[in-house]
Amino acid sequence: MTGEQITFLVVAFATLGSALMVVTTRNLIHAALWLIATLFSVAVIFALLSASFLAVVQVVVYIGAIAILFIFAVMLTRKDMRDQSPQLNKNWWVGALLAALTFGGLYALLQGWSGLSRTVADIPSGFDAVAELGTELTSFTGYVLPFEVASVLLVAALVGAVYVAFNPRSGDIRK
Amino acid sequence: MNFWNDPLKVAADWLLGIFTGWGMPEIAAQILIGFLGILLLITILMVLDIFLVWIERKVVSRFQDRIGPNRVGPFGLIQPFADIIKLLIKEDITPGGADKVVYNIAPMLSMMSVLILWAVVPIAPKMLGVDLNIGALYIIAAGAIGTLSIIMAGWSSNNKFAMIGAFRQVAVMISFEVPMLTMLLIPTIFAGSMGMGAITEAQGEVWYVFLAPLAALIFLIAAIAELGRAPFDMAEGESELVSGYNIEYSGMKFGMFYAGELLHAFTFGGFWSILFFGGYRFFGLEQVNPLLAIAVLIFKAMLGYWIIMWVKYTLLRIRIDHMLAFNWKFLTPLAFALLMVTAFMNALLANTPSWLYISGMFLSNVVLAWVALEVARSYSRKEREKVEMPKPVVEAAHH
Repeated sequence: MTGEQITFLVVAFATLGSALMVVTTRNLIHAALWLIATLFSVAVIFALLSASFLAVVQVVVYIGAIAILFIFAVMLTRKDMRDQSPQLNKNWWVGALLAALTFGGLYALLQGWSGLSRTVADIPSGFDAVAELGTELTSFTGYVLPFEVASVLLVAALVGAVYVAFNPRSGDIRK
Repeated sequence: MNFWNDPLKVAADWLLGIFTGWGMPEIAAQILIGFLGILLLITILMVLDIFLVWIERKVVSRFQDRIGPNRVGPFGLIQPFADIIKLLIKEDITPGGADKVVYNIAPMLSMMSVLILWAVVPIAPKMLGVDLNIGALYIIAAGAIGTLSIIMAGWSSNNKFAMIGAFRQVAVMISFEVPMLTMLLIPTIFAGSMGMGAITEAQGEVWYVFLAPLAALIFLIAAIAELGRAPFDMAEGESELVSGYNIEYSGMKFGMFYAGELLHAFTFGGFWSILFFGGYRFFGLEQVNPLLAIAVLIFKAMLGYWIIMWVKYTLLRIRIDHMLAFNWKFLTPLAFALLMVTAFMNALLANTPSWLYISGMFLSNVVLAWVALEVARSYSRKEREKVEMPKPVVEAAHH
């Protein structure tokens, strides 16, 4: 096993383990913190794949903005939102069976896929992935139209959110 | 040996020879040397941090017309060591009802979020941890971890003051991240790269502060807000929150927050100098010797740190709603406008002689700053009129 494979396995288990903790822990803040651990591990996987831009954006957007807002929202609610009911209902075995079948099916399918045994092509020296990404997103032969459409969609969502929250009569944000 | 021309490489080669001589495989030796390099950098930073405590106390005392520490050692230089010994032998308290694991991780994360910033700092030509081509975004990502540490500290302390302090600080940090990230894009436009090394190298002809003085100013304001220092220190707000998010921490755990804040201020002074004042460049001095380049960078970072201290000990704390309004209604639109103007001017003046490029950029910054100030002035005049207008007498509804 190469060092890269060992690193990948460690990171993959960390991702899955912390993801499991997100859904099993009873404390909501802890769940959010485990979610941050999961997202950070995914960023490490991006970094292992030499996708440094995606790795950093993952940290900035998901940890820096989304997870922090989760924690904010949870902290503003009641102190202890612990749910004391059992975490599994009587159908747990159906879910487990489906998950096992899906895993088995995927495993059997991927056995015959050549991509699993392929090694990663070396990135030529001087190849600037961020510059390539930037050119692709702004050139007319590339993805400038989808990129702009996505931006317009986000702006529309932003304006819509402000409009929904804004009360024209009092001129104030609705409490 | 050309030790004085590239001391780190010579030392690394020497160590590699020793380790492989012991029968270590080369890849393992490389990894070990990498770790030793990180250890060296962090040790130097932490030792520097000890003296930052002394510098901060000396400077604040001068601003407040005092002398500052002057009893222990020459110029009170041994005072920070006495402080550290005091912090280390203090009782380590975890408050009842605190979330122990989260409570103990928070100070570590706080320190870590500062130290990892130094991975992308070019301290001399060819001497930097990693030449990430996304260095600017990396700074923001490290800031996200700092935000996380504060919210963890505030929540896990089981204390309402800590919680309110954390809320305020996180609100500030999330909002001021927007103008900061926008201002990081301006050196990126000039240099054509987000890498800190490339940005420093591109400032050979002219420092970016002359191309974008307004950007340098906005970056400084956003950096001070990110640091949570006065006038943006509502996280601590001694008069209302006692000490804010770190109120329950004692001993070295508090020391981690404190030292982290000081090192953070110094680091942002460093980034300010890298982005807008040419980093380690100083009229070819950096080519003479890398150690001289490091000295230039430290000098510039100290100057930035001094300005941050100057602001901190001069201005009053702004109320949180004023500060958020200042950010969202003034600084952020101004930052976006500046980014658009800079991108437009850059495209317009791309193929012109450099004197025209520089003066065009400088003038566009000055004009934009003037327009922004005029808009702010007319807005404040309108607000003042509204307040000064005689209020209509309202009859009480029920006598």
